[in-house]
Amino acid sequence: MSAPHTSTLSATPQTPSFRLIAVLGTVAMLSGLLIVLVYQWTLPTITEQKRLALERAVQAVIPGASSIETLVLEGGQLHPDSANVNGLHVYLGYDQAGTLQGIAAEGSGQGYADLVKILYGYDPACQCISGFKVVASRETPGFGDKLDRDPKFLANFQALDVQLDAEQQALANEVVTVKHGTKSKPWQIDAISGATVSSRAVGRAINDSASKLLPVLTPRLSEFAKRSP
Amino acid sequence: MQGESLSFIFLNAAIINNFVLAMFLGICPFLGVSAKLKTAGSMGAATLLVMLISSACAYGLNYLLVEFELEFLRLISYIAVIASSVQLVEMVMKRFSPALFRALGIFLPLITTNCAILGVALFQTTHEFNLVQSLVYSFGAGVGFTIALVLMAGLREKLELSDVPTVSSGLVMSLMLAGLLSLSFMGFAGLGGH
Amino acid sequence: MDSKQTPITMDTFLAQVWRDNPVFVMALGMCPVLAVTSSATNGLAMGIASTFVLIGSNLLVSMLRKLIPKQVRIATYIVIIATFVTMVDYILQAMAPAIYAALGAFIQLIVVNCIILGRAEAYASKNGVLASVVNGAGTGAGFTLALLLLGGVREILGAGTLFGIDLFGPHFQPWLVMILPPGGFFALGAWLLLFSWLKQRKTRRAELKGEPLHAG
Repeated sequence: MSAPHTSTLSATPQTPSFRLIAVLGTVAMLSGLLIVLVYQWTLPTITEQKRLALERAVQAVIPGASSIETLVLEGGQLHPDSANVNGLHVYLGYDQAGTLQGIAAEGSGQGYADLVKILYGYDPACQCISGFKVVASRETPGFGDKLDRDPKFLANFQALDVQLDAEQQALANEVVTVKHGTKSKPWQIDAISGATVSSRAVGRAINDSASKLLPVLTPRLSEFAKRSP
Repeated sequence: MQGESLSFIFLNAAIINNFVLAMFLGICPFLGVSAKLKTAGSMGAATLLVMLISSACAYGLNYLLVEFELEFLRLISYIAVIASSVQLVEMVMKRFSPALFRALGIFLPLITTNCAILGVALFQTTHEFNLVQSLVYSFGAGVGFTIALVLMAGLREKLELSDVPTVSSGLVMSLMLAGLLSLSFMGFAGLGGH
Repeated sequence: MDSKQTPITMDTFLAQVWRDNPVFVMALGMCPVLAVTSSATNGLAMGIASTFVLIGSNLLVSMLRKLIPKQVRIATYIVIIATFVTMVDYILQAMAPAIYAALGAFIQLIVVNCIILGRAEAYASKNGVLASVVNGAGTGAGFTLALLLLGGVREILGAGTLFGIDLFGPHFQPWLVMILPPGGFFALGAWLLLFSWLKQRKTRRAELKGEPLHAG
């Protein structure tokens, strides 16, 4: 491969391009093989871990749920869960006998630093929110990160009123977060003092998600009430 | 998330969660190329350009990967796309705008190892942005990067005139400055939360 | 073409940990150093993950060093590094989902950590397999040490805990800014200030005693 005119420039011969491609191809194949092996090896554990994490989160907002069924709300309709439907995830929690214990759904609202993503529990019997849990947030440590640990704030969610209006098309009262110590109605959330923005994020997350979900969910509640255990 | 407005995505990437000062992406060029105001501006512009191109490519690529269920190749293919889009920008610029190439050219190879670029590609995937949102996001990230770089360069130019103890000169001083900048950018947090 | 193999000594490992510490001395890989060190646990996890990638990529690059033509070497190195990063990503997801959630995208961003590409190019492509692995392990240990020092200081000051264990009791008022982004810059700046002060003092003492200078 030593053309005479290159000899002045360098002593190393030109590497033929098929060799470059061959080396790159071999390395790429080798790395592909390694990645696929590790992927296959870890996949069952990862799926299991994700399922466990979801189960823990759902059980935190629906006490007594032992099995979970996932639905997806998209385009104003509830679909069974599958990979190609993207939308709001809704989880029906059943006890051992197959009776519906409650419904958990996702919500997200803009907080102080980034979106606060939550999972909240809905109790159809009292038409109220029965609990919530922060799934992801980057709120300021010491202020906005204690949302789901602050006992006074959590007291808001023992029975937060989200009943539908007469037409069953929207929430009768919008869920709003009010300044610390000024809660007067059952659909209001009393903000944590010093973390009003983060508290508002939770209120808005619940309001946005519930006002989309509940009008669709309520007429179908009787279908979901029971399932074979 | 479908609910996010475009203006908010832009503001979030550029100011509230500034890529350099809040997310710590692209620190190497931030500390390395921020000594002069003029080079800082050029570097920012070049990064912004590459960010936009690689973000669009990454979006298309991710669509293909999801379609064929090959998500585990995401990282490798993103890196390849970024490296090639840097090359592509370099070649196109050299061919059509030699003046621009002379101004930005030396920065282009540096950009490949700028984690802000890969960061944009990865974050737009985790946020499940659509194409327009992705582009706005990467534009915001690029603008944020440029703002941080230019502010830093301005501060460092001023610093050259002042008397700094030798023990704290150089990198130490730059890091302290960056800390102060980051502290002041924290004041922007909560902009979107009303 | 191998130059004559230098013997592998403890120094192959230790030089990378202390004298050529990738973070404190070379100022490389700053992004993960600042981003994930809000707690000692996160710093340690990031350090271990990066060490795995360093050892793996150094091993493979060193094994293949005679086959890789120099025109495509950077591309090859990046593919190799990305492979190991993807592996770490999945392994961590399976074994430690809580830590994976805390580190987030920064695990995948190991791929653009210049320390790793730097080691592949500057060491593994020129040295034997064993020496490269030792060098990679040393660099990884140095990187982990830096992350631990930084994460430890930030966690102690910013949250009053270390590895999640409460240190000061309930009356401690945490210095919050240390675990927020600005604290990362401040803490790293303070460490570098300490090291440069120590170095300056050493040179000055050597001058006073009239000894020849060793420190660079």
